[in-house]
Amino acid sequence: MDFNDTPEEAAFRQQVRTWLDANATRKSDDKTSIRARVDDPELLKKAKVWQDKKAQAGYARITWPKEYGGLGGTPIQQVIYSQEEANYLVPLGFFDIGLGMCIPTLMAYCGPEVLGRYVKPALHGEEVWCQLFSEPAAGSDVAGIRTRAERDGDGWVINGQKVWTSGAHYSDYGIIITRTDPGVPKHQGLTMFYIDMKSPGVEARPIKQISGAANFNEVFFTNVRVPDSQRVGEVGQGWKVALTTLMNERLAVGTPAGGVDVDELLELARDTELEDGPAIRNASVRGKIAEWYVQSQGLKYTKFRTLTSLSKGQQPGPESSIAKIVAAPKMQDLGAFAMELMGQAGIMTRDVPGAGAFQQQWMFGAGFRIAGGTDEILRNIVAERVLGLPQDIRVDKDVAFNELGKK
Amino acid sequence: MNFDFSDDQKMLKEQVRKFLADKCPMKVVRRVLDGDETHAAEVWAGMAELGLMGTAIPEAYGGTGLGPLELCVIAEELGRACAPVPFSSSVYLVTEAIKRWGSEAQKKAWLPRLADGSAIGTLATSEGPQAPTPKSVRVSFADGKLNGIKVPVADGEAATVAVVLVNSGGTGARSLSLALVDLTNGGVARTRVATVDPARKHAQITFSDAKAELLGGKGKGVQLLNELYDGAAVLFAFEQIGGAEAAMWMGRDYALQRQAFGRVIGSYQAIKHKLADVYVKTELARSNAYYGAMMYAEGGADLPIAAAAARVAATDAYDFAAQENIQTHGGIGFTWEADTQFHYRRSRLLALAIGGPTAWKEKLVTRLERKNAA
Repeated sequence: MDFNDTPEEAAFRQQVRTWLDANATRKSDDKTSIRARVDDPELLKKAKVWQDKKAQAGYARITWPKEYGGLGGTPIQQVIYSQEEANYLVPLGFFDIGLGMCIPTLMAYCGPEVLGRYVKPALHGEEVWCQLFSEPAAGSDVAGIRTRAERDGDGWVINGQKVWTSGAHYSDYGIIITRTDPGVPKHQGLTMFYIDMKSPGVEARPIKQISGAANFNEVFFTNVRVPDSQRVGEVGQGWKVALTTLMNERLAVGTPAGGVDVDELLELARDTELEDGPAIRNASVRGKIAEWYVQSQGLKYTKFRTLTSLSKGQQPGPESSIAKIVAAPKMQDLGAFAMELMGQAGIMTRDVPGAGAFQQQWMFGAGFRIAGGTDEILRNIVAERVLGLPQDIRVDKDVAFNELGKK
Repeated sequence: MNFDFSDDQKMLKEQVRKFLADKCPMKVVRRVLDGDETHAAEVWAGMAELGLMGTAIPEAYGGTGLGPLELCVIAEELGRACAPVPFSSSVYLVTEAIKRWGSEAQKKAWLPRLADGSAIGTLATSEGPQAPTPKSVRVSFADGKLNGIKVPVADGEAATVAVVLVNSGGTGARSLSLALVDLTNGGVARTRVATVDPARKHAQITFSDAKAELLGGKGKGVQLLNELYDGAAVLFAFEQIGGAEAAMWMGRDYALQRQAFGRVIGSYQAIKHKLADVYVKTELARSNAYYGAMMYAEGGADLPIAAAAARVAATDAYDFAAQENIQTHGGIGFTWEADTQFHYRRSRLLALAIGGPTAWKEKLVTRLERKNAA
C-alpha cells in the first residue's frame, strides 16, 4: 500500500512536467491568485491559446485515440496530467463540457463528415460547446423537457427555453434535446440535435444567482431553423443519446477546488474568542471539526481508491459516487458554522476572517447541492445502482406527454 | 497509486470470509449469545488451524510473520460475521502489547501460545462507569502483587493472560503502568457481568495478591496505552466496517422482500435514501481506515491522526448501519428471533471498546492542533 506512481506513471509525470515547465508558469503559493472570473473575455482568449498548445502536444484529451487528436492514453495518465496542470497558472474550464460531454456524444452517433468538421476545432479550443438539456420545468426529471422541434421541409424548427446552461453566451455550438413527438410517453418523443449558437432566434441571457454572480444562462429559442443533417441519433431516440452525454457528465463533474475546509476552520477557531474563551477550546466546536475532518479525509482517500483502480486499468468501483453527496452539504454546513463562530458579524461578507470565503462557501453550497444531480437524485442513484433497490414508481411512464397532468 | 490491499491479502480475506460463512453463521452467534459458553470454541480452534491468531507474530515466536495489513482484512471479516471469539482482546491488544514491550522471557512465555490460540489474552483497563485515569484507577501494583477490581473485562473468563492498567505509585500520569498477569495462577477471581452484547462475554476480575510483572516500564501506562490504542483503532475500524456492511446488506435484503402499501419498502425513497446514507458512511469509513492501515503498516508519523479518523468514521458508520437496519426491518427487527440484534449489540460494544467516539474526536483534534503547530 502506497501512494507512489508505477515506473511508467512516474515517467509520464516527468514528461508532463517537463512540457508544462517549458510552456506555462508555475503557480505562486498564493491561493487567491487563481480565482479568475470565468466570463472575463480576455480569459477566454487566453484559454483558447492554452487549449491549442495542449492539443498540439496531444495533452488536450489524453484518452482519445490519436486519429481524433488524442494521445491514445489511459485514464490514469489523464489524471496525472490534470494533477500536474493544477500546479500551473493556466486558464481552464471552458472546454470541459464540449470535450467531456458534447463531442463524445457526437462520436457515438455521428458520421465521419460531422466528426471531421467539429472534433478538431473543439479540441484546439477554436470552438466552444455547451449542453442544452435542463429547462424551467425539467430539472431532475430532465426527460420532461418541453422545447419543441417540428419538421419543416428538410429541416426542423425549434421553439422553447433552456436553463442553467454554462457558457451559452460564449459558446459556438451546443447539443440540444428537444421534444419532437408530444403524443407519446415522455422518454419516447425526444430527439437530439447539435446547433449553431449564432443561429437567428437563439438568445442567451445570464441568470443572476442568489450569490449575486451569474455563472449560468437561460437560453431562448424562437423559430430557430436546424437542418436535419444536424440531428444526433434517430428521431425519437433522444433519451438514449442524452444518457450517453449524462454518463460522461458523471465523470466530468467534480468537487470545486480552492474553497475553505477544515484547516481554515481550525485556524478560525484558534483565532476566535467565544464568551467562554477561544473557540478551539469549546468541546462542541472540536466535535464538529473532527466530524468534518473525517469527511474531508474520507473523500480524499476515496479518490485515491478510485485512482488505484484506474492505475491498475480497472473500472473504478461504486465508491466514487459518494463524493458530491458528502462534499456539497459539508460545504454548506461548514460555511454556516464558521459564520456562527464570528458572532453577529458572521453576516458580513468582507471585513471578517477569511475575507468572506466562509460566507461565499455557505452561499454556493446551496447551489452545489443541486447542480449536476441533487442530493436526492444522487441518493437514488446509490440506492438503485449500488444497492440494487427498485427505481421510483413512475406514474407518467405509459402516458402520452401531452396528456400528463390533465386528470 | 497503489492504495489497496495486495492480491495475497485479498485472498486471505476471501479465505477467512469463507471459513466464517461456513463455521460461524448467525446461528453460532445466537448460540453464544443465548448460552453459557464464553466464546465459540470450535470457531476459535478453526481460526487457530488457519494460523490467524499468529498473523502478526514473528515466526521465531511461532507466528506466520505477516503484519498489520493482514490483520486488517481478518478484522473486517470477523466484523462481518459478528464472530463470538476473543480475537480483538487477544490479538489486537495483548499480543501487540507483549510484542512491543515484553521482555524476551515474556515474549517466549506468551507469544507462541497466543499464536496457536492455546492462550487467550485480555486487556483490563476499566474500573466501572468512568474513564480509567490516574485519578480513578485503583487496581494497585506493588512488590510484584496485584490488588483490586477490573470491570468489565472483555473475554475475561476465557482469558489466560491479561495486560492490566495499574496504579504503580507516584502521582499524575506517571502513577499508571501496564502489568502482565498470568490469570491461571492464584489470586484471580472472575465473575460474569451482564452486558448489551452477551455474544462476547465480559467479566469482573478481582485480583488478590495476584502475581504480576510490569510491562514496558514503570510509569508509562498512559503513554503505552495510547500507542497501543492507535494500532488497535485501525483494526477495530475494519471490524466495524465489516459489521456495517453486513448490517447494510441485511437491511437491503429485507427492504427488497417486505411489502407495505402495495409495494416493496425498498422502493420508497425514505428507505432508499436511508440505506444510501449507510453506504456513504461506510465508504467514508473504509477510505479513512485504508489510510490508517497504511500508516499502521509502515509505522508512519501520521498514524495517530489516521487512526483517530478511522476510528471516528467507522464507529459512526457501524452505529448508524446497525440502528437503521433495525429501523428498516420495523417491528420484526426488534424481536429476539431476528438477526438484527447482533449488529446492534456489537456496534455499541465496539464503539466503546477502546474509548468512545467523543473521546476519539477529542484526540483527533488535539493531534491536528499539534500537527498544525509543528
